[in-house]
Amino acid sequence: MSTEMIVPVDRETVAALSRSKNEPAWLAELRVQALEKAAELNLPIVEKTKIDRWNLQAYGTPTSVNAVTAWNEVPAFIREVFEDEAADLNNVVVQHNSGAVYSQLQEDLKQQGVIFTDLETAVREHEALVKEYLFQAVAYDEHRIAAIHAALWNGGVFLYVPKNVEVSVPLQALFGHDNASATFAPHVLIVADSNSRVNYVDNFISAEMSEASVINGVVEVFVKSGAQVNYASIHHMGAQAADISYRRAHVENDGRIEWVVGEMHNGNAVSETTSILKGNGSTSDAKIICVGNGEQKLNITTKAVHFGKSSDSQMITRAVMREQASSIINGITKIEKGATKANGEQTERVLMLSPKARGDANPILLIDEDDVTAGHAASAGQVNQEQVFYMMSRGIKREDAEKLIIRGFLDPVVTELPNEELQTLLRRYIERKLGQ
Amino acid sequence: MATQFVIDGLKATIEGKEILKGINLEMKGGEVHAIMGPNGTGKSTLASALMGHPKYEVTDGKVTLDGEDVLEMEVDERARAGLFLAMQYPSEIAGVTNSDFLRSAINARRGEGNEISLIKFIRQMEGKMKELEMNQEFAHRYLNEGFSGGEKKRNEILQMMLLDPKIVVLDEIDSGLDIDALRIVANGVNAMRSEERGFLIITHYQRLLNYITPDYVHVMMQGRIVKSGGPELAQRLEAEGYDWIKEELGIEDETVGQDE
Ligand SMILES: Nc1ncnc2c1ncn2[C@@H]1O[C@H](COP(=O)(O)OP(=O)(O)OP(=O)(O)O)[C@@H](O)[C@H]1O
Ligand SMILES: [Mg+2]
Repeated sequence: MSTEMIVPVDRETVAALSRSKNEPAWLAELRVQALEKAAELNLPIVEKTKIDRWNLQAYGTPTSVNAVTAWNEVPAFIREVFEDEAADLNNVVVQHNSGAVYSQLQEDLKQQGVIFTDLETAVREHEALVKEYLFQAVAYDEHRIAAIHAALWNGGVFLYVPKNVEVSVPLQALFGHDNASATFAPHVLIVADSNSRVNYVDNFISAEMSEASVINGVVEVFVKSGAQVNYASIHHMGAQAADISYRRAHVENDGRIEWVVGEMHNGNAVSETTSILKGNGSTSDAKIICVGNGEQKLNITTKAVHFGKSSDSQMITRAVMREQASSIINGITKIEKGATKANGEQTERVLMLSPKARGDANPILLIDEDDVTAGHAASAGQVNQEQVFYMMSRGIKREDAEKLIIRGFLDPVVTELPNEELQTLLRRYIERKLGQ
Repeated sequence: MATQFVIDGLKATIEGKEILKGINLEMKGGEVHAIMGPNGTGKSTLASALMGHPKYEVTDGKVTLDGEDVLEMEVDERARAGLFLAMQYPSEIAGVTNSDFLRSAINARRGEGNEISLIKFIRQMEGKMKELEMNQEFAHRYLNEGFSGGEKKRNEILQMMLLDPKIVVLDEIDSGLDIDALRIVANGVNAMRSEERGFLIITHYQRLLNYITPDYVHVMMQGRIVKSGGPELAQRLEAEGYDWIKEELGIEDETVGQDE
């Protein structure tokens, strides 16, 4: 098989991409190396999902974009995310198709040494810092998709919070795609130095496009000792886009990562969110909701790997499947030898709203240490008719009762988002996906 | 027109077993009827069948509320027609706040285009919660989730007060209530007594009836009302138990639906 068939990009394209972005030599080499590796590597193993049958060729080509200087020049389909007047536009990074177009950070945060910009710019302006961390959580040669990402990534975000700095306002990134033939592969890199704190939120959106595309995003988060990162992500793109996201955090002593993920995508998706609890006393909390409709195939994995003593992981996944949508929901708690007094709890619940909807919840505990506690609960079922009866007995119509119950099923995760605007946004996507 | 509620020859089965074997009962607005009876004799089944629980199949009989055929209606239509059931075991619904639920219920009753304003709703809800000595935080808690037994019962009464029904069925509203709560709930019920409203109170104990004096007391056994009387009947039951009735009627096993 020729390289082109496995990997739908050629070496010259990748080299040209590096040149066009004025990248340092090490990065240019890394891209080419990753591309070569991609041809040798297999697709990742995605539990119970045959992604080899998905259309994973439509990466498009890197296409240059024009940066803008004012918010109102950002394409409308991206700006719409912040429909709400009250939205905070002071701390935003925007990517449009293959590159960053807009970036803002409030002055006092800059003064404190916070860096929040697109990753391309960060490579030029904070090269040493980026180099130290890039691809250290998600290695470029893990599997073919990671390698293609490493060869093609664009735009993205770099967020650095210095020691002891606490950022209270959410820093937001908007990743928008409206040209299926333009490569769209954001890479998010976050480093929270010791005892710092930050809230970060990103939104993946697209215009409805008739051509297929692949969105290949990677998130790497480094939580240093005593630091805390709250990461929220909402994905809502067109039905023709295959959305593949690998998110991974490395957490050091007493550090904490909190994930809130709303998988509201309209096409097929593979989503893996992993916390590597390296440090003693490190903790992780992951809450993921997902609504599937149409013919969607979703594979949602949440994972915690415990190395640190007394590390703690909590994972909750809730999925609602309607029409012919099908989902595989995996929860993996892995406790390594030596991670004494570690604790891991996970719950996966799937609500199926139609006879053709499928939901498969797989709790997996892999434990190599005796002195630990771990628990799991999983269920897949329909709307509870006893609850529907109770609500109807108060005069609420069946349809409305079911709506309330379904919304209620997802709401405990929605309310975890850091502000009202984002909660409203996620609720809007949920309603849309539920066909309401 | 005074409210009129008529149960005529009601029979119902669950999973093929006949539990209600012909219930006859007539209630008017302003009246309080108590239903007593040993465990497993069909009291809750009667309440559920009246409300239209999908597990119970009505096989015979008729139920009318102000002349309208109740059994023809969907559960929600029955509620909107004025029927209310405070359940023995209210459901817990995570993710739906009590106040969202209450507002949806009130609005369902008022109909589209006539929704209650938020401010008015909050005022009403808070007022009733105060009467029931409920902490205001219960408005924002998820519906019945993690409520104690007594808190759930109080929440049922809160719903009754806000929904202003014509016929109220209370299924063991006194179970799980401490002495103070019993008085508070009973006061809530008494405050709701009116010429337009009838109450059907299922209970095991006289103590509730000390607060809410019934006009009629009925005893259920074997899926039927086997004896009716005034408040003195409840007092005698409290003092003597059910044996004398069983003897009088020649009943050996008073339960229903066991191996037949
Ligand atoms: N869902 C059900 N499935 C099977 N049997 C049922 C069901 N509901 C009621 N029954 C049976 O019907 C009979 C009457 O039950 P019901 O709950 O009406 O009794 P009750 O008079 O309310 O008793 P209690 O005083 O204990 O509340 C019982 O034998 C019960 O086991
Ligand atoms: Mg009962």
